[in-house]
Amino acid sequence: MAGSLLHTPLHDWHAAHGGRLVDFAGWEMPVQYTSIVAEHQATRTAAGVFDISHMGRLLFRGAGAPAFLDRIVTRRVSDMRPGQIRYALVTNDSGGILDDVLVYARAGKSPGGPPMWMLVVNASNRLKIVDWLLEQNLERAANCEFHDATTSEAMIAVQGPRAADLLAPLFDDAHQALRYYHCAELHFPERAAKAGVDTQSALVSRTGYTGEDGWEIIVAAGLAVEVWQRVLEAGQSLKPDQSLGALPAAGVLPAGLGARDTLRLEAAMPLYGHELSETIDPYQAGLGFAVDLEGRAFPGRDALLTLRDRPDAPVRVGWLLAGRRVPRDGFPVVAASATVGHVTSGTFSPTLDAPIAMGYSQRTFATPGCEVAIDIRGRQEPARVVALPFYRRSTQGSKK
Amino acid sequence: VTPNARASDKLLYAKTHEWICLDRQPQAKVATVGISAFAVEALTDLVYIELPKVGRQVKRGEGFGEIESVKAVSDLYSPVNGEVIEVNELLTKNLGVLHDDPYGQGWIAKIRLSDDGGLDQLLDYAAYQKQCAEEGH
Repeated sequence: MAGSLLHTPLHDWHAAHGGRLVDFAGWEMPVQYTSIVAEHQATRTAAGVFDISHMGRLLFRGAGAPAFLDRIVTRRVSDMRPGQIRYALVTNDSGGILDDVLVYARAGKSPGGPPMWMLVVNASNRLKIVDWLLEQNLERAANCEFHDATTSEAMIAVQGPRAADLLAPLFDDAHQALRYYHCAELHFPERAAKAGVDTQSALVSRTGYTGEDGWEIIVAAGLAVEVWQRVLEAGQSLKPDQSLGALPAAGVLPAGLGARDTLRLEAAMPLYGHELSETIDPYQAGLGFAVDLEGRAFPGRDALLTLRDRPDAPVRVGWLLAGRRVPRDGFPVVAASATVGHVTSGTFSPTLDAPIAMGYSQRTFATPGCEVAIDIRGRQEPARVVALPFYRRSTQGSKK
Repeated sequence: VTPNARASDKLLYAKTHEWICLDRQPQAKVATVGISAFAVEALTDLVYIELPKVGRQVKRGEGFGEIESVKAVSDLYSPVNGEVIEVNELLTKNLGVLHDDPYGQGWIAKIRLSDDGGLDQLLDYAAYQKQCAEEGH
């Protein structure tokens, strides 16, 4: 089967630099290079550099694009200004979550020109979402030209308290001016100076999936290795901030999907296929902020009107465990000798030095401080409901 | 690696990555059991070990403990038939020694072999290396 897996433009770099490659949603991706904990700590104390090229990037050009997207996603997008990014959901007719996405209103290449719209979707859902768009009459949408750019580009996440420094050699300080959830096309001044002219640019956004400040960079596949290496080189001269993080700091490291998962879980960010699915609605998942129903029409909108006020639906919660054994997806949560919930993601938190989990719980047992047990392979381990997120970065040097 | 770490090429191995070292004691054969450096490397980020219970009768291939990493949990399988007579409590306090010294201080349990210990099913070093090379690919 290995032959049929998709490769990102950085695949050969990963293979040559100790990346442990695994099948992830049909892509051969590095789960780690050194250790998950080391890469996690690097991201919390200095910076981690992640290949996230497997994320789906779906482009929509033309004057009809915002109108089309407005009738697909749970938030209005047509009022977004160029350079804005919005988190939203794609729901099915019954209000279940088909995917969680970022909607980008990319400033047009020509100054003042119309924006280009982009959905960044989960790798595991890319083909499903493309099918869904077709089902929603994408091909008949007026003035809306669709293109799946996923395999012709790379996407690199640079995350952590020192992430800004790693991008300085590439973009001077242009990336610093980006506010949280904003993006811009940035040119490469150093490249331009060397070559006299450089028509290449990157789409840079102040976004991430780690709970740290950081940027995500989308570049043409042919530039991927150069950008990746420049970022890592800039990291070699940086000293980690020893005051951050619970473990000895590791400096800047390339980081794999293993650390990406422990980081997002500490930050309580949901992951599709775990916290999110077609049978979970946005309100249970704690994502009501990403749903706008007033004066809207999109699949699931009417169902969501009813689901919004459902008092008995299980809700997403976090648990902190007292022991060392780690809860995993699917494990039952028990209280008063009954099953009151289940785990959807669990890991050992390097920052808290304890097992943590997210999942769904009956509301009676969903209040922070509530004592429950998680059934870990037949043995009940004490756990306590805690407020999410498990980890919140210190505010110094954070988003502006 | 401590000076008294066992030489990995003198040990016997189970396909499930446990090693054994035979100590001939006055009364009976005793096997010291651990997991291989290859297994430790594959697991990485160890966070918890559930040691076998002392006094438990075990059969070759039977799960008798577990080892948890950040990413996943793995069962520990007894590589031989016999009775668990001692476990390495040091590991519950400092799992780092299993990572740093899997053939020495990182041993897991001692098993007194029954008459049919099941030793003939184990791999020698060369055969185990071959298996690891295949798995590593």
